Amino acid sequence: MNAVLRLAALSAWSRRLTLGLTLVAIVLATTLLLAVERIRVDARQSFSQSVSGVDLVVGARTGAVQLMLYAVFHSGAASNNIGWNSYQAIAGHPAVDWAVPLSLGDSHRGFAVLGTRADYFRHFRFGEHEALRFTAGEPFASVFEAVVGSEVAARLGYAVGQEITLSHGIGETGMGEHGDKPFRVVGILAATGTPVDRTVHVGLEAITALHLDWVGGMPMPGLNIPPQLVAKFDLQPKEITAALIGLKQRSDVFRMQRFINEFRGEPLLAVLPGVALDELWQAIGTVERTLLAISALVVVVGLAGLTATLLAGLNERRRELAILRALGAGPRDLFLMLTAEGLLVTTLGALLGLALTSLGSSLAAPWLLERFGVVLGARLPGAGELELLGLVIATGLIASLIPGWRAWRMSLADGLTPRI
Amino acid sequence: MSALRITDLLFRWPRQSAPCLDIPRFELARGERVFLHGPSGSGKSTLLGLLGGVAVPQAGRIELLGQDLAQLRSHARDRFRADHIGFLFQQFNLLPWLSALDNVLLPCTFSARRKQRAEPDPRTAAKRLLTQLDLVAELWPQPAAELSVGQQQRVAAARALIGQPEFLIADEPTSALDTERQQIFIDLLLRETAAVGATLIFVSHDRRLAAHFDRTVALDEINRVKPGAVS
Ligand SMILES: Nc1ncnc2c1ncn2[C@@H]1O[C@H](COP(=O)(O)OP(=O)(O)OP(=O)(O)O)[C@@H](O)[C@H]1O
Ligand SMILES: [Mg+2]
Repeated sequence: MNAVLRLAALSAWSRRLTLGLTLVAIVLATTLLLAVERIRVDARQSFSQSVSGVDLVVGARTGAVQLMLYAVFHSGAASNNIGWNSYQAIAGHPAVDWAVPLSLGDSHRGFAVLGTRADYFRHFRFGEHEALRFTAGEPFASVFEAVVGSEVAARLGYAVGQEITLSHGIGETGMGEHGDKPFRVVGILAATGTPVDRTVHVGLEAITALHLDWVGGMPMPGLNIPPQLVAKFDLQPKEITAALIGLKQRSDVFRMQRFINEFRGEPLLAVLPGVALDELWQAIGTVERTLLAISALVVVVGLAGLTATLLAGLNERRRELAILRALGAGPRDLFLMLTAEGLLVTTLGALLGLALTSLGSSLAAPWLLERFGVVLGARLPGAGELELLGLVIATGLIASLIPGWRAWRMSLADGLTPRI
Repeated sequence: MSALRITDLLFRWPRQSAPCLDIPRFELARGERVFLHGPSGSGKSTLLGLLGGVAVPQAGRIELLGQDLAQLRSHARDRFRADHIGFLFQQFNLLPWLSALDNVLLPCTFSARRKQRAEPDPRTAAKRLLTQLDLVAELWPQPAAELSVGQQQRVAAARALIGQPEFLIADEPTSALDTERQQIFIDLLLRETAAVGATLIFVSHDRRLAAHFDRTVALDEINRVKPGAVS
């Protein structure tokens, strides 16, 4: 059997060009499959870790998914706000370690503006409890200062010192400009692969200041308060959109959730971000599964190519098989030879595909993060990937059995003198 | 004991209505060297395939070196062929991607018996045979595909002879050789078979070669199926 396998290897080597092309097809197909799987898993991972280290997200009572959408992804509008009193009551609860208020509703050239406190940069965590980092500058310290996410800075070409103005409302076309009160960019955050990258952060007071001379979503006619005068006003907000809560003890989370959900002052909702994010991902999960199915089809096509190549080569190899028969090889040996060849090519292709995926993902990781906000972890292949790899090889084995079986039949039918 | 004894053999190729071979009786003594001829398509190669145990007759008995081939299971028949029979074909004898020397050594990788009987060791035996067949040493490491047809036939002869098989089957092995080399080739074949007392069946259309052999047999003498009756 060893001799047969050695001969199979030598024979395959003599046909290395055609087999090489088939190998390339299998490598590429496997790479595609594994890359889709890896991006799928990592996208899910980075999605479900858009916030971490936050125990509860609190907002006015709506659906959990909707609350996550506006509080974390800054997409869509809150139907109701939280009164400042309620916020303070929650923040002052003995179980609460820290609380960060969030105020949304304005935008800057399509990017959401988040009014918050400088504490936000200290408490916010994403991924594996990673803190936000500044690539330039520092957190805002006074009213008309802003900190921009990496994507905002990259797309709009902002550096520290840049003057920007905010628009009222969300979306590309705001419902009015806050042109009279310009901000200065004082900090730029490092890429995180989370909505933070697409956010302009300003102080909570800035949001109040912007709207001092607004009423009911419109500038008040005849009233204009210039920026240098805003400090004379009480900039404490009356309402905020949502709040992030960190607890002293994680074990208190359900008690605290119940406390907020049954809050007497107004109807509130507290959600556990991890759970809600998973729920949200389920809703969009069909896309990823479709992608995976398509790349599985590509693999099948690649392996069908392998079978075709081996079958086509078989006719030219009839003579070779007859010679081996005459020398004492049984039909079983020839079956083994052909099947081993197919299996070898598939296994090699699958392993090279894995290597290419690992190499490619480590090379493409920064770019993917920058362009698409997808965090690709540098890591060993996950269980899902190994399972797919096993499936590729198993399918390859089945695909190789066909030429193996043909060789078996041929060698029996041809005897020692095959017709060419 | 005879080297080959055929009784009441009947063989028909699948999907063919008429039988190809119907041989009531045919016998070869040990060490006998026989020249077999017959018209093209008369079934000579088919008979050799039956002797090699690659095809199985529908009826009758083939006893080779005292062994009834029908008694062996297919795997054992393959073993038996590797151990006891050396094959030579008209053309395309060699694995094109293997060197000349490795081609000669092939029977020793398939059969421990042939390996052990290659004196003093397979490589030396292979080189000796190649030298005797007038194949220069520069050609030994060449892939068989890069040899001339005549050179290939001589490599194939060395391969058939290595490890001293008791039975040699040659199916038109000299067609591509010039007269002088044909002479060397047949001399070596006869000398080597004589040296180990092997039996030889040599198929050829070239009747002039018949003079070198102990006996000449026409297939129609032993086969009751007449050519023409087939098609
Ligand atoms: N693999 C095969 N399958 C079916 N029929 C076959 C096969 N090989 C040979 N035959 C048939 O058997 C008959 C005898 O063929 P065979 O090759 O034995 O003739 P041959 O005497 O060796 O001829 P040649 O001198 O031309 O080599 C032919 O009619 C051929 O059609
Ligand atoms: Mg023939």
